[in-house]
Amino acid sequence: MGKVVVVTSGKGGVGKTTSTAALGSALAQAGKRVALVDFDVGLRNLDLVMGAERRVVFDLVNVIQGMAKLSQALIRDKRLPNLYLLPASQTRDKDALTEDGVSRVIGALKEKFDYVFCDSPAGIERGAQLAMRFADDAVVVTNPEVSSVRDSDRIIGLLDARTLKAEHGERVNKHVLVTRFDPARAARGEMLSIDDVLEILSTPLLGIVPESQGVLRASNLGSPVTISEPSNPAARAYSEAARRLEGEDLPVALPVDRRGLFDRLLGRRAA
Amino acid sequence: MTLLDIFKRRGSAPVARERLQVLLAYERNNRNQPDLVAMLHGEIMAVISRHVQIDHDDVHVAMDRGETMSTLEIDIQFPTAGARAAAAF
Repeated sequence: MGKVVVVTSGKGGVGKTTSTAALGSALAQAGKRVALVDFDVGLRNLDLVMGAERRVVFDLVNVIQGMAKLSQALIRDKRLPNLYLLPASQTRDKDALTEDGVSRVIGALKEKFDYVFCDSPAGIERGAQLAMRFADDAVVVTNPEVSSVRDSDRIIGLLDARTLKAEHGERVNKHVLVTRFDPARAARGEMLSIDDVLEILSTPLLGIVPESQGVLRASNLGSPVTISEPSNPAARAYSEAARRLEGEDLPVALPVDRRGLFDRLLGRRAA
Repeated sequence: MTLLDIFKRRGSAPVARERLQVLLAYERNNRNQPDLVAMLHGEIMAVISRHVQIDHDDVHVAMDRGETMSTLEIDIQFPTAGARAAAAF
């Protein structure tokens, strides 16, 4: 049976979809069978980040409503044969997802895949709660910024209360993934440090993804950063985070400011 | 700002950390209580509707929590006898 991992945050724009794509691809690159499920009904985006936007025929809601078979809706990645995507629907009907339907789809995916990633919509409403409902693990994507940390705290509260595991007296394994981290600004005390974030959220760290233009380049190209630029610092951070998700005990190194003096003087950002 | 301040410049991160710690301590305390406003709204509705037919929108409950004082505001729009009779037939 595969593991269900929800990628969530509460706040929008912190990097849930990017992280889902990067972590999922990293695990697929390591040979795991991975399915990525976009739960952001109405605002599908994972297909675009994965570069599969022109191959969407059926979606999650079609499968739940019985209009398509799961195997028809799953899109196989062109680069990695063991990576699949189940896109979100663009319907505006917010009740299109039912708990029963989601349970059936997740159950079927768990049998075929080692990892089922659920890319949560922003917010704490029904969609976000359904995305986390059947999770074994949760990746809480957090930016080192006050509103993101506050929303992550809310989400952690929900993970401890509203998931199937929590209701059965078990625990969802929660991890914090800090994204868009700027080592130089954190060193100058202009940005919450990793220690600050972890102390406040009291949740173990899965990884630190430095702010990087490679991430934007990757989404421009429709390719997860771990595939298109594997040596980029952000890609390496995602690959290591994926190994920690696998249970590997890998120390987390604090990213360093890699820019030279010349770049700093010109105010250039890290690659 | 004195010259010394420029060299001693502390970032804003410690302020952010402190604000978050205070805020989240408060929010975590309140989180596990059921939504008081929704609960009051439901119970008030139930009591009134035992005697008079009333709409969900006719009962308005709002709570404002301040540092030193909290207020609870309950506003009930009571339908007039004429409107009630008209609605009944």
